[in-house]
Amino acid sequence: MLTGLTLTEARAGLAARKFSARELAQAHLDAIGRLNTTLNAYITVLPEADVLASADAADARYAAGTAGIMDGLPIGVKDLFCTKGVRTTAASKMLADFVPSYESTVTANLLNAGAVFLGKTNLDEFAMGSANINSAFGPTTNPWKRTGDEATALVPGGSSGGSSAAVAAGMALAATGTDTGGSIRQPAAYCGIVGLKPTYGRCSRWGTIAFASSLDQAGPMTRSVADAGLMLEAMAGFDARDSTSSNRPVPEFHKAVGKSVKGLRVGIPAEYRAPGLPAEIVAMWEQGIAWLKAAGCEVVDVSLPHTRYGLTTYYIIAPAECSSNLARYDGVRFGLRKDAPSLDGVYEATRAAGFGQEVRNRILMGTYVLSAGYYDAYYLKAQKVRTLIKRDFENAFENVDVLLTPTAPSAAFAQGENMDDPVQMYLNDIFTVPASMAGVPALSVPVGLNDAGLPLGLQVIGRHFDEETVLSIGGALEAAAGFTHTPSIHAGAGA
Amino acid sequence: MSLDLATTRRIAKLARIGLEENELEATRQKLNGILGWIDQLAEVDVTGVPPMVGTETETLRQREDRVTDGNCRDALLACAPETSGPFYTVPKVVE
Repeated sequence: MLTGLTLTEARAGLAARKFSARELAQAHLDAIGRLNTTLNAYITVLPEADVLASADAADARYAAGTAGIMDGLPIGVKDLFCTKGVRTTAASKMLADFVPSYESTVTANLLNAGAVFLGKTNLDEFAMGSANINSAFGPTTNPWKRTGDEATALVPGGSSGGSSAAVAAGMALAATGTDTGGSIRQPAAYCGIVGLKPTYGRCSRWGTIAFASSLDQAGPMTRSVADAGLMLEAMAGFDARDSTSSNRPVPEFHKAVGKSVKGLRVGIPAEYRAPGLPAEIVAMWEQGIAWLKAAGCEVVDVSLPHTRYGLTTYYIIAPAECSSNLARYDGVRFGLRKDAPSLDGVYEATRAAGFGQEVRNRILMGTYVLSAGYYDAYYLKAQKVRTLIKRDFENAFENVDVLLTPTAPSAAFAQGENMDDPVQMYLNDIFTVPASMAGVPALSVPVGLNDAGLPLGLQVIGRHFDEETVLSIGGALEAAAGFTHTPSIHAGAGA
Repeated sequence: MSLDLATTRRIAKLARIGLEENELEATRQKLNGILGWIDQLAEVDVTGVPPMVGTETETLRQREDRVTDGNCRDALLACAPETSGPFYTVPKVVE
């Protein structure tokens, strides 16, 4: 089954000429053709002729012995990365017809490594959301169903929900995501796949549509931990066009998977045992601790005292940066325009018509916390608390090599749940936001199913620029868990 | 802190988002709900703590002062909803 392979398996099959890149691409286009009406994982599917032409070029490179590390591998691209000549919407009406004249650095790196793009995946508008319900192109549906309840549509998580659903359902071997407060890790957990948010600065932000610039970071969403390492190697690297890009060398991340974790110290943060945490999440966490102990890790209790302020701090800093970044959508330079008699009128009409409810609210919140008289009380205060959150991690990492926590406080929920109260929706990110605030790398690994048959993920958090230890620990969890479940909707079902 | 209708109207004006009068109250309530939750930050003691700007993983670099990009006027103008020759167009702002 070509749509069920890992990147690593597909790469080996292509290198051994067991199948061609064209066959691999065609199998995925067929799967998308069958499933996308149901799942809505892609906003834009590339024309078949273009996809097959990329695949043919990859086949030629394999024949010539010049194949790159992602050569011939068909992947989805979150529709937040600008792709030259291919519509890039950010799932917003504002950019419904926007065709960039430039390629983002991350997608250019992937193309240089030989990747074959299948299309642009769905997301929450401008990456703001945790359920992929805030898309102007309609919600993405999770391919997983509760056991015995095929009728209830579940959310795939967000904001990279189209990417996670596509990878889980066999509509791409892997996909790119972006993570501002959990947007790679939480959808990966909800869809039973692997998601890695690298250290802030690992991947260039150039050409990725900005949400909150001090937090946004691109990363891979894959079917195995080794795949996440492989794909990050292709995505990462210094870029002079992003002033926050890191010029450290990019290691061969995938080689960290399978390395012994014996003697590594794993911290269990007391504050993540939130009151009301469901028993199934606690049980999965305990299981993960037992697996790592069995693999020879030393498990240590640690404290991150400012954890409970992570989300509130995030919901000041992220909207503040969002209100500033999204000021560029003015109806003049790109995207939607609504005419009005005055220039201010054009701005107001365009932005009212182009932005959905959640994006509008975040812009307004950000405008408020940055406005005269409130800046010190909200924004400056949040920046100071952010320092304390970062120090919590630095202190913990003096004693341990990684932290182990649940990725999310629940399994995937139904479309329509958690909709009325924004704070309830924001709580989905309670375990992922602190690592974003500190800029440290964090990985979600699927480790089991809950009683309703839905996947659960554990999160491994590491030191700045130490993705390798994170991947080693993730690999140990993956090996112990042996997670091979597939969702009820996937390309192989009924075939 | 809690938002009143006048402040909500002022924020919408600053953000250049044209809210109808009947949308203002619902927006005020949504924002107030979030602000009430955010107010728990008041209990954190930040005396002597410096603000964190970005993630501070890299220090800013200086690059050589030379032209590295440009000459892409037409490609950029092609993204605009309305143009006239080599110009963006806007409604008349000076009578």
